Amino acid sequence: MDLGSPDELARRLADTGYLADDGLATAAYLAWAMRKPLFCEGEAGVGKTSLAAALAEATGAELIRLQCYEGIDASQALYDWDFPRQLLHLRAAEAAGVADVRTLEGELYDRRFLIARPLLRAIEPAGPGQADRKVLLIDEVDRADDEFEAFLLEVLSDFAITVPELGTIAAVHPPVVVVTSNRTRDVHDALKRRCLYHWLDHPSVEREIAIIQRRLPGISQRLAAGIAAATAHLRSLDLLKPPGIAESLDWAAALRTVQADRLDEAAADRTLGAVLKHKEDLELVRGQGLDVLVAGGAAR
Amino acid sequence: MTGPAEPAARTGRTGAAARAGHAGADVAGQAGAAALVGFAALARQGGLAVATDRTEAFAAALDQLDPLRTEHVYWAGRLTFCASRDDIARYDAVFGTWLAGRPRPIPIRLPALTEIRAAVPSAALDTGQSDQAEGNTSLPYGASDIELLRYRDLAKLTEPELAQARLLVTLLRPVAPRRPSRRFRAAHRGPIDPHRTVRAILREGGEPSRLLRRRHRDRPRRIVLLLDVSGSMQAYADTLLRFAYATVATHPRTVEAFTMGTRLTRVTRELRHREVSRALVTASGTIPDWCGGTRLGEQLGVFLERWRDRARGAIVVIASDGWERGGADLLGRQMARLQRIAHRVIWVNPHKAHTGYRPATAGMAAALPYVDEFVAGHSIAAYQHLVDLLGSGRAPARVAGGAVDARRAR
Repeated sequence: MDLGSPDELARRLADTGYLADDGLATAAYLAWAMRKPLFCEGEAGVGKTSLAAALAEATGAELIRLQCYEGIDASQALYDWDFPRQLLHLRAAEAAGVADVRTLEGELYDRRFLIARPLLRAIEPAGPGQADRKVLLIDEVDRADDEFEAFLLEVLSDFAITVPELGTIAAVHPPVVVVTSNRTRDVHDALKRRCLYHWLDHPSVEREIAIIQRRLPGISQRLAAGIAAATAHLRSLDLLKPPGIAESLDWAAALRTVQADRLDEAAADRTLGAVLKHKEDLELVRGQGLDVLVAGGAAR
Repeated sequence: MTGPAEPAARTGRTGAAARAGHAGADVAGQAGAAALVGFAALARQGGLAVATDRTEAFAAALDQLDPLRTEHVYWAGRLTFCASRDDIARYDAVFGTWLAGRPRPIPIRLPALTEIRAAVPSAALDTGQSDQAEGNTSLPYGASDIELLRYRDLAKLTEPELAQARLLVTLLRPVAPRRPSRRFRAAHRGPIDPHRTVRAILREGGEPSRLLRRRHRDRPRRIVLLLDVSGSMQAYADTLLRFAYATVATHPRTVEAFTMGTRLTRVTRELRHREVSRALVTASGTIPDWCGGTRLGEQLGVFLERWRDRARGAIVVIASDGWERGGADLLGRQMARLQRIAHRVIWVNPHKAHTGYRPATAGMAAALPYVDEFVAGHSIAAYQHLVDLLGSGRAPARVAGGAVDARRAR
């Protein structure tokens, strides 16, 4: 498949409901065309993770997700031998009276006893009925410890995994890799050097309106505009947790559920918990007056 | 480092370079490649860590895009040259310069060395390599003098004494307490380790013989240092930075250091350099507010905004005299937030050792209820005490100054 240009990719992403700006479309296009991992950073809820999902959908690829956490290691990210099954196999062979030890040992380390974890699945050639293009999402890499990073580096540089008992498994089509980080710690420079770096910002009001309408069909232009303006106003306040796109979508969904057709004070009052998740933030916004919020920060 | 000579033609040339990627090297291609390397050099001067591999990635990215479109050149550079959010501002400045065709980029880092020397008392700058120098002046200090020095207020030392004291601070080894990690290690006692047990069974041909066990491993707990380097702390700022250096040197991966002044500055990276003096020069170079005013509450707010997750479960050490120029109210609120996130909050106040000291400043009074330990940081001995506190992992039952009582009473 040929995407042609960043604009073409942006169009395809838009078809899946993900509206990317120029920078993000270029970044995703380069990640796709150069097969270089894309390292995304940004505030929580600006769409880092959903980018990978949209990219997979737009390019007809399979999405494989590796959620990082502290203590993650090779057996959870790469592959693991299925010990209980191997054991079962041994017992069954024993019961059947198989005497040839050599064959039995050979059978024990067969591919069918190997549990493929996300990284191996992303690299392994596709089986029948699977998409041969893959998007690998390595989510919140900053949560894993740095030993894991070194190991990730190895996999990302040559897209091949060696299983001592089986041999090397190399990718026929290297996957498109999206790495996200919330910056709870510095990711090693060596890893970043292998990647394209993109910082995701909050969207502009117009884009946000478009995103809300795209993701939640049936929301009136007036309501979407009200939400986008109010969210932009919230982001300009000194909040503990400024709302991301995820929150404004939640809010829009909540407003739709209570059947509000525009953002007024009563509706905002009932649904404010969908967009602000801290007591201090709620107090601050309520203290300012909901009429200010509803007016998108314009003076009363 | 040679900047490209004819800035106006750059964009076009870069395009030629990219096209030459298909056609093989020709003259135009070489000129384009030179322009490209020139842009990379400019980025390097602008403070971005652009190595050869990044330049290559930039060229490869341009090859995929349309090099004649400014925004494509912009994004190709930004995606390949930047490695953090801070880099983006630098990159934008560099790109602006490059587009405008100005010959040299704006200086982004490091004020002149003379400025630093004025700020850091001179002897501080070369403690790292000053062994011979000190030998020449034949220091009049024996063990007992050092013992005395340990208890004296750093603000009242003479210059040679201060040099000694700084060396002593640099020699401290603040060891972080351990915390349990999610990972396991083999152990004799503890819950059963299914993985190793099954493996052992498999090794013995399916015969269960022994139950193997595991325990959680432990790792050093994160430490966050927030150092007030404003005017009122001037006498102690240098030693504080040295203490931060010693802490970062002990745990390079789990210690974060920030300075607070007119704004919050992260100095961890600078302090990781192996040489004390170099680290301090770079760190003071990145602190634009050495000896400026203090707005602690605001700084703390910025810290909690951007670096909150690094304080999660960490031991946070704030070194300040609590002289708050902003509202004490705000400081109290931010301290409350910090205390909810951090494992332990230690406040170091050099003035605490003064006889008759009362936490009378509004800022200090507002912060104290949220502080687990309130200690002095005026002498080497006080620093040693801080090191012990850090390592102990648990708060002593009672701290002079009433911090613990105040917190309980809340």
